[in-house]
Formats: sequence, structure tokens, C-alpha cells
Amino acid sequence: MDILFFKFASLLYLLGTLAYLIYIVYLKEALSRWAVAMIAVGFASHTLALVARYVEAGYPPVTNLYESLSFFAWMIIGVLLIANLKYKIKVLGAFLTPIGLILMLFALALPKEIIPLAPVLKSFWHPFHVIFAFLGNASFSLAFCCGIMYLIQEHQLKTKKVGAITQRLPSLKILDDLNYQSLTFGFPLLTLGVITGAIWAEYAWGRYWGWDPKETWSLITWFLYAALLHQRLTVGWRGRKAAIMAIVGFLAVLFTFLGVNLVLPGLHTYSTWWK
Amino acid sequence: MELVVIGLNHKTASIEIRERLAFPEDRLDEALSHVRSLPSIKENMILSTCNRVEIFAAARETERAFLDLKNFLAQFHNLSLREFEKALYFHTGEAAVRHIFRVASSLDSMVVGEPQILGQIKEAYDIATHTKTSGLIIHRLLHRAFHVAKRVRTETKIANSAVSVSSVAVDLARKIFETLEKKTVLLIGAGEMCELAAQHLVSGGVEKVLVTNRTYERAVSLAQKFNGEPIPFDEVNLGLRRTDIVISATHSPQYVLWHDQVARIIKERRQRPIFFIDIADPRDIDPKINDIENVYLYNIDHLQKIANDNVRDREKEAKKAEAIVSDEVVKFVSWYRSLDVTPTIVALRKKFEEIRKKELEKTLALHPDLSDEEKKSLEALTSAIINKILHEPVTLLKKTNGDRTADLYLDAIQALFQLSETQPEKLEEEISKEMSNPNGSL
Repeated sequence: MDILFFKFASLLYLLGTLAYLIYIVYLKEALSRWAVAMIAVGFASHTLALVARYVEAGYPPVTNLYESLSFFAWMIIGVLLIANLKYKIKVLGAFLTPIGLILMLFALALPKEIIPLAPVLKSFWHPFHVIFAFLGNASFSLAFCCGIMYLIQEHQLKTKKVGAITQRLPSLKILDDLNYQSLTFGFPLLTLGVITGAIWAEYAWGRYWGWDPKETWSLITWFLYAALLHQRLTVGWRGRKAAIMAIVGFLAVLFTFLGVNLVLPGLHTYSTWWK
Repeated sequence: MELVVIGLNHKTASIEIRERLAFPEDRLDEALSHVRSLPSIKENMILSTCNRVEIFAAARETERAFLDLKNFLAQFHNLSLREFEKALYFHTGEAAVRHIFRVASSLDSMVVGEPQILGQIKEAYDIATHTKTSGLIIHRLLHRAFHVAKRVRTETKIANSAVSVSSVAVDLARKIFETLEKKTVLLIGAGEMCELAAQHLVSGGVEKVLVTNRTYERAVSLAQKFNGEPIPFDEVNLGLRRTDIVISATHSPQYVLWHDQVARIIKERRQRPIFFIDIADPRDIDPKINDIENVYLYNIDHLQKIANDNVRDREKEAKKAEAIVSDEVVKFVSWYRSLDVTPTIVALRKKFEEIRKKELEKTLALHPDLSDEEKKSLEALTSAIINKILHEPVTLLKKTNGDRTADLYLDAIQALFQLSETQPEKLEEEISKEMSNPNGSL
């Protein structure tokens, strides 16, 4: 049941992405409304998929790579829908939806059976750790998109290539504000994610911190965002530098989430793709 | 009846001639009434802007109308016809409709796509409505023209981009700051160029104007105009720290603002961005400052190039707009031609109704003992027969309306039923009733 909902959600995200891409080219307002509608319905179906799986498995469905990818994508689309309500930046969806879609397609290729829970995952703290970490990461994905849009827009304005692209992207001010807001929202969540992760580690392995690759990379990510926040607040970093940092930060997020699992061996490999 | 347009515009007449033929607002009523009193004209409205003077009219007789209108223009403005006759253009029928639709959609404007013309036409139409010189045809024509203009605006990108240097500057500022509200502009130089550019920004929402100039007194007087603040020339850095936008237009032979100076100030401002606009020749601002982060420098040539590019885009969009206009002209003309069918239909109904009444009276006279109810039944019966008989020919006429075959039918019907020449004046009310019938209208 949950797989069916999941596939339906993927299909709608795909249609939403296409609608957004056509919207970007032709700027027909109706298309952006269609895109949002399809993504919203996709999100509802995705939510049902998560609930169904929770009920069936009896624990929060965030324990293997398929589930994590699905959960991450769900959070990203959720953040997009919230941002859509708050800001009138229609082109945002054209950047964020494809990210969600790619995660969904990746997840579709993975084994999806519900397997008995590994003992280390049977913890009160584990779901909190995952929810905080992914919600933080989802808002960083928003900062990432804003960063990319900012760099494009800034380049167009600096080089005086004012035309179709400039017209379609929001103003630098809005992009920078949104970058900052997603950072102030995501950073405390990431911090909570790391802390609850450490507490869970204490229960699971009897130590708070063990320099496992996943732990090391989370810390690197955390430091990147901490540095960005610090520079913004003290010397007024904004614009280009903040955009680049948001992009680098999100690449670190992706590597922590996927790269470490796929490349580096360590304790978190219970969620590798071959299991 | 024929639709006619007579007029001149920026393409056919010099500004001097346009000015002399323009109708002052306070004399427009008088002019409209005068035109209506011409025997050849039935309805009219006058559009008078700085780029065009036009009279739209429904004429009883085309040739006569053109002559009358020409003479009216000369007489009203105390000019001899020879002075402006060459600048005049005349359109009738379909060409007149197309012309009016193109004007309303801003396809005939000096700056294609500029939005003011639609407002000006609306105003001219309102005045004609008030003065009661417009009627059924002008009414329908103008509403159609507004509809066409709206379609052009929403279905093409004709008015999307800025085509003047100042509006390009305002657009760019919005792409950097999102809004001009609560923003400050610093003018370096107190000349006309600065004033003009500042005016555009202020009407775009800029809150505060700072002015600096080598001659302090001139900075003071320009600042006063904008309710702004003068700054001594050697304290320009103070202004730079506070401002968001800088417009520079001095006559200085060397740069007024240098790279290192601006770099230092941006740091002091904690990286708050500044948008520099250099409209001086030779340049006032070191072009290298564009490399500084959060600094955007545009000079007059950059702005001009963007404006020119946008003009080219508009021309491309104008082609799409022309297609929309053509489409709408066809629709309107078919409605307009139905005006030819309608009087015949009305006359036909009238004839039948007269026969019915006459025959009914005869019958009733023969049977004085009929009850009221029986009389009513006879009334209903005869009416029903006429309506049934007329239903198909009328439907067919309305359908062929606009085709060449319509003329054949009209001739045939008029000959067969010996319909007298219809008199539009008397029939006006019935015609408009017939027009509002859903089978007959657009």
C-alpha cells in the first residue's frame, strides 16, 4: 500500500517538475498554479505513504536508505509548500521540486521491503535524531536553491546581461533574505539533530561521540553553517559569499547523508543500499 | 451607415500641426456637439492627445462625412485646409475598425506598447458618452477595442519590459533591492540629467534624496525640490554610507568616485549593496568598482543598450498582437454587417404584424358576440402563426449575416414583401431590441 502511494507521489512530483519547467519558459501563470496543485496532491499522497508504512512496520519509517530518501524528499517538498505560501516566488519550485524528484527516483531503485528493525535503531532518540536532521537539511536545500539563483542573478546583473533570465529570477534582496531565513531555521535543527544523535549513540554504543565517518562529516557540515551564520552576524557577509557558502554547505549535507553511506564504511552503514 | 476615422498622428504630422489641431479639454463638448450636428454624421467621438488627433464616427454617407469632418477641423481651429490636409488619413469600414483596435492596443503608438493611450481613449469615450454624441455603434466599437487591448496586454509580452533609460534603471533597482520604498538616492551633480533621473526614482517609491554638488548652493536648491538633503561635495563619503542608489552626472573631466574609496565604504556599510548609475560623459565613476562585491555599476550606454534590446523584443511581440487585432476585426465586422440585416428583419416583422392586426380586426367586427377569452385565443393563435412562419427566414438571415448571400436574401425579401425603405431613426429602438436578441449578437 505504502509503495503505491509513494509511486503516485513520485509521478505527481514528476508532472509538477515538468509544469514548472514549461512555466519557466513561457511564463504562463496557470502552469505555475497547476504545478503547485500537483505537488500538493503528491505531497498528500506521500504523507499517506509514510503513515501507511509507519502503521505496517510499527516504527517510524526512517530506518533504511529507501525510507530516509523518501522522508528527506517529503521534508523538502513540505518546505517548498510552506515557502510558497509565505513568499510569492514561483520559480522556487522549479529548483526545489527536481531535487525532491531525484531523491524519489533514487529511492524507487532501492529495496523497499520492511525488514525487522536492527537493535541499535530501537531507540526513543533515533526518530528525533532523524526528524531534526532532515528538517534542518530540507531548509538547507532551500538555502541551496536560493544560493544558486542568487549567483545566476548576480552574474546577469554584474555583466549587464539583463533579459529573460533576470526577468524570471527574483530580486537579489529576496534571494538573500530567504537564504538567511532558511539558515536561521535550519541551523538550530541541525544542532538538535547532532545532539539527539549523540544521546542516541550513548544508548546504542555506549559513547556520545566516536569519530565515525558520519559523525565526522556531520560535524564538518555543522561547522560550515556555523561559520556562515557567524560571518553574517559579525561582518555582514551577504550576497555572493553567503550564496556560495549555502551551496557548499548543502553539498556537505548531501555527502554526509549519501556519500558517507555509499563510500565510507562506518556504524551508519546499517542504512546502506545493499541491505 | 459606415464607420469612418479621420485623423493625423505623430507619423503623418509634425508636432506643430498636431498642437494646432489638438482639442483643448474644455472645448471638447462643443466640438463633439458640433460634429454631431453635421447632417452626414450620426455618432462621433474625438481622441486628442499630444501624438494624435482623431475623430471616430458613424457616418450616413462616407464621402460627404469626410468632407464635412475635414472642413470642421479647419473651421474649428481657424486653419486653412491646405495647411494640414496632407497629414490627414481616412479609414472606412473594416480599415477603420482595424485602425481603432490598433490604436487602443498601442500598436500605433510612438513607443509601441506604451500604456497611456488606452487610458486616453477611455477618457475620450467617456466624454463622448456624457455629451451623448456616441451611440450604439461607437459604444460597441469602443468596448470591443478595450477588450482587444486587454487581450494584447495579457496574451503578448508587449508591455513587459522597460524601453526608456529611466524605467530600465528603475527595473534594475527593483531586481537588486526588490522595492524602492524606504530607499535613499544620492545625486552627484545638480544638473537637469540628475533631476530627471531622480524624479523617476522618486515616483517609483524612493523615500530620501541626497544631493551633492561642487557648487553647494545648487545642491541646496535641487535638494529643496525633492524635500531632500544637500551634502557638501567633499563629504560625499557621508552620503555614500547612507545611500542605496547613486546617480552621478557631473561635468568633471576625471572620476569623481574611485575603486578604493567605494571598496572601503562598502565594508563600512557591512556589505549593504549600492547601485551606481553613471550618466556623465566623460564618466564620473571608476568602472572597476563593478568588480566590488555588492556593487552594481551601470553607465548610460548600458542602460541605453538594454532599452534598445527591449524595444526589439516589443517589436517581435507586436507581430503577435497584430494577429489578435486581425482576429477581432473579423469578429467585429461580422457584427457590424448584421446591422444591415437587422432593419430588414424588423421591417418584415412589422409588416406581418400590421397584416395580422388588420385581419383580426375584420374578423372581430364580424363576430361581436365573442367572449373576451375567445378574443384572447384568436390573438394568441394569429401571433403564434406569424412567429412560426417568420422563425426560419429570420434565423437564416441572421446566420448568413456578413456573407455575400445575405445581400441576395435581403433583396429578395424586400422585393417579395414590398418592404418600404427602412428609416433608421424611427426603427432605432426596435433595432437595438433585435440586436440584444441572443441569436443575433456576437
